[in-house]
Amino acid sequence: MKKDHDKKDCKCSHSISRRGFLTMIGSGAMAVAVSGSLAAETTEDAEVMNPEEMTRLTLLINSHRRRLLVEPRWSLLYVLRERLGMTETKVGCERGECGACTVLIDNIPRYSCLTLAVEAEGSQIITLEGLMKGEELGPVQQAFLEKDAFQCGYCTPGQIMAVEGLLIANPNPSPEEIRRGVSGNLCRCGSYANIFKAAKYASELKRANGGAE
Amino acid sequence: MKEEHKGLYYMQGIPLPETPAPGTAPAPWGQTNIIGKAIPRVDAYDRVSGSAVYPSDISLPGMLYGAILRCPHPNAVVRKIDTEAVQKMPGVSAVINASTSEADIQWSYSNDIKTKLFDPICRFEGEALAAVAADTLYQAWDAVRAIKVEYEVLPFITSERKALESSAPYIHKGGNRVKPAEMYERGNIEKGFAEADVILENTFRTECQIHVPVELHGCVASWDRDNLTIWESTQGVYSVQSRVAEVLGLPLSKVRVIGHYMGGAFGSKIQPGKYTIIAALLAKKTARPVKLFLSREETLLAVGNRPPANIKIKAGIKKDGTLTAIDFSAIATGGAYPAGGTSLLDWLAKDLYLCPNVRTETADVYINAGPARPFRAPGHPPCSWALEQILDALAVAIDMDPVELRLKNIPKHSQAREGNPPYTTTGLEECLVEGAKSFGWQEARKGVAENGNKGYIKRGVGMASALWVAGGGRQPSTVIIKLFSDGSVNLNMGASDIGTGTKTVMAMVVAEELGVRPDMVQIENADTGTTQYATPSGGSKTVPTEAPAVRAAAIEIKRQLLVMAAEDLKVEASSLIFKGEEIVSKIDTSKKIKVTAVSGLKKTGLVVGVGYRGPNPEGKVVNPFAAQFCEVEVNTRTGEVKIIRFVGAHESGRVMNQLTYDNQVIGGITMGIGFGMTEARVLDGNQTGKLVNKNLHDYKVPTALDVPADILSVRIEPDDREANTTGAKGLGEPVTIPTAAAIANAIYNAIGIRITQTPINPLQLVQLLSDNRKEG
Repeated sequence: MKKDHDKKDCKCSHSISRRGFLTMIGSGAMAVAVSGSLAAETTEDAEVMNPEEMTRLTLLINSHRRRLLVEPRWSLLYVLRERLGMTETKVGCERGECGACTVLIDNIPRYSCLTLAVEAEGSQIITLEGLMKGEELGPVQQAFLEKDAFQCGYCTPGQIMAVEGLLIANPNPSPEEIRRGVSGNLCRCGSYANIFKAAKYASELKRANGGAE
Repeated sequence: MKEEHKGLYYMQGIPLPETPAPGTAPAPWGQTNIIGKAIPRVDAYDRVSGSAVYPSDISLPGMLYGAILRCPHPNAVVRKIDTEAVQKMPGVSAVINASTSEADIQWSYSNDIKTKLFDPICRFEGEALAAVAADTLYQAWDAVRAIKVEYEVLPFITSERKALESSAPYIHKGGNRVKPAEMYERGNIEKGFAEADVILENTFRTECQIHVPVELHGCVASWDRDNLTIWESTQGVYSVQSRVAEVLGLPLSKVRVIGHYMGGAFGSKIQPGKYTIIAALLAKKTARPVKLFLSREETLLAVGNRPPANIKIKAGIKKDGTLTAIDFSAIATGGAYPAGGTSLLDWLAKDLYLCPNVRTETADVYINAGPARPFRAPGHPPCSWALEQILDALAVAIDMDPVELRLKNIPKHSQAREGNPPYTTTGLEECLVEGAKSFGWQEARKGVAENGNKGYIKRGVGMASALWVAGGGRQPSTVIIKLFSDGSVNLNMGASDIGTGTKTVMAMVVAEELGVRPDMVQIENADTGTTQYATPSGGSKTVPTEAPAVRAAAIEIKRQLLVMAAEDLKVEASSLIFKGEEIVSKIDTSKKIKVTAVSGLKKTGLVVGVGYRGPNPEGKVVNPFAAQFCEVEVNTRTGEVKIIRFVGAHESGRVMNQLTYDNQVIGGITMGIGFGMTEARVLDGNQTGKLVNKNLHDYKVPTALDVPADILSVRIEPDDREANTTGAKGLGEPVTIPTAAAIANAIYNAIGIRITQTPINPLQLVQLLSDNRKEG
């Protein structure tokens, strides 16, 4: 990652790796195992950013390269919604508790509100748009539509991303695995029972497509 | 024209409902072609593809972000606010507070108590004190945090029971009672108890539940000189318009409110909030659009809740199951301002079961907490918690099946209303009978009695029934339908679709009447600038309010087309009927014309039909009824309760769409599980008076792990020919009323412990199990 400021002049603390620390806390419950390994990294070579300065950043979102300037503290969620206009990713709590902002980062469902934009550089980010072929819905979306797996629809993008991530890791999940797979995503309208059905149906649709998605 | 659209505008050849003569109401539908089917939502694609633009998704050129400074104390007076340093912070465009002239306006929580938008007296944690607009959301919050405030912190009250003690500090001049206790009495309560064979009494408490819609409360406000446009996450654009216009002193025509989509509300977005006004003021001051959505913490503090309730109930019964008397009293609170703390809290006790002698008393008090807002079936779930549990206990006491007991006491008329008017339909009996049958109630009870409870994991089954005080819909509503020259349709209505499927149901009504496919109906809704007047979507009244108006508008189109076709065919209009895409003579079937060939339609380009909601039947009550059944497993070592399955048998008149109907039942039960088992607002009564659990980790909305996959919706569908011209009653509220009580009754069935307080979590249950062992 290219920095806009010189490390020598930087007043940031070198004793703790801000980057490494934030990576740890930003990972969310679903990726504990992944961040665990990062936590064990030595901090000496970690890059340190100046929070006062904008940083140049390249994000790979739905296979498109997006270049922009960000404050190091901006969340991926904020960048997606308010800087890139990609509002299919929703905001609900901004502290990793509701799951409305779930996106796939390297095929793992992650809370984009707890992921700094700068952390996501170099990773494959997939949002709802990335599940579609042009205007055609992906199988998980189609399953949510047919099973009426939503009411107001606001948590739905996050639910769909969680199911997508689940099915990537586990193409034929059991009912209990489905339940756990979406347990990080709140649906206040309470359509969980239909979400379970949709996830099951989506796994069937995907397998019928020969995993072509 | 695309091939896929050719010849498919209409459902081919089906006869359409008869067109009534002008000035007469249409007969209720008989057999329907579209209504009642399981049809995916007309806007499902938008919602699952991300193309639906919710108010929080709006982004305008030059838009700033707003944020609000809130009082951190439950009771305090602001002595000084210093915003000087904040004005110069990077990105900050405007700061407003009580001392900036544009923000010196009235905002009152009720008619009786006048307060300012930024009032120096903060009676609850989270009261608004100042607001900022900045280039980015991060800068706006930096600025809010940098505002310096001096407070005089005052003593507080967080318990509605302590609020009435003589030592309690007054929250408002005149004391902590919102109003004198409300009393109701019918029959002779003493006589009723004297006639009873068994009398039981208990006290119950339900905790404060918070709405927590996933889309946060807020809006984007933008001015074009003196024309204000607001994109708000709301249940009713017209209610936002009228309040904003009133507070800002603007004509209605200068305030346009748009809310095409919205991400949940459950009553908390029936009205705008201070945030709406603040966004408008910031936008005016900066001459830029301002986006102001609250943080999750702010929504848990300041934009509504279901009041906590303390209920004492005493009921008498004869050995044959006849209820003789109910005595009900309650103290509840809507927080720091009058906010309906006891609203409808005693309704079920007065009206659900046949009982000649009833007395109720409810006291609404102030505490230092955020004001309540209407929450899905106000008053009903707390009352159900107490009433349905005391009934369950009475059934045990007289050794009667609880379903049987309820069947014995079904009213045919509303006892609590003046003159005892009859209900148009009372589906309660069918809900009980059919629900019990689908659940396998008797077998399940027998199973528990015989072999359910040998190990440390105990099984139990329970049930509860309900009615909802409203749900019949009402005037006013205006709807406009346009029939284009190719036969496709535009439906224009003011109502919001809050996730219940309003748009889908209304498209189906159009399809039923006009014979067009539902997906050929373009819908324009929830915009005060371009759509018709509608009351907010809430109270289970949207379908029974809007559907008859939509039907009336569609009929108006048909009447005009018949007159036009009569000219073409040179026959009497009254001799013509619709058959799919054609208009045909009843007398001579060779005389027919395609709708799209009618010259009047071609000449005018489109036909416009205006429909109005008619009055409800005089002297009758239109209410939905319900019964829910559940099976639980209680782990007596850990206090964990697993809900195995639920059956919801609901009578809400005609089922308009099976998919959205069943989904509503699933959702209501899920929210009821939250009310009964996981949710509670926790205020620190001892030291700070602050909300302890102002996040979604500590305030526990049910997750996918807390609900059963097995929730069955049993549709009870009487032919209600009086309710309205569509026969539909509301469903959104009744689905959540009996859930918590049904669970508590099932747990009693499993372990013999009566749980009087929500939430039924392991913490509470382990204690009760331990106490029970000691006593045992």
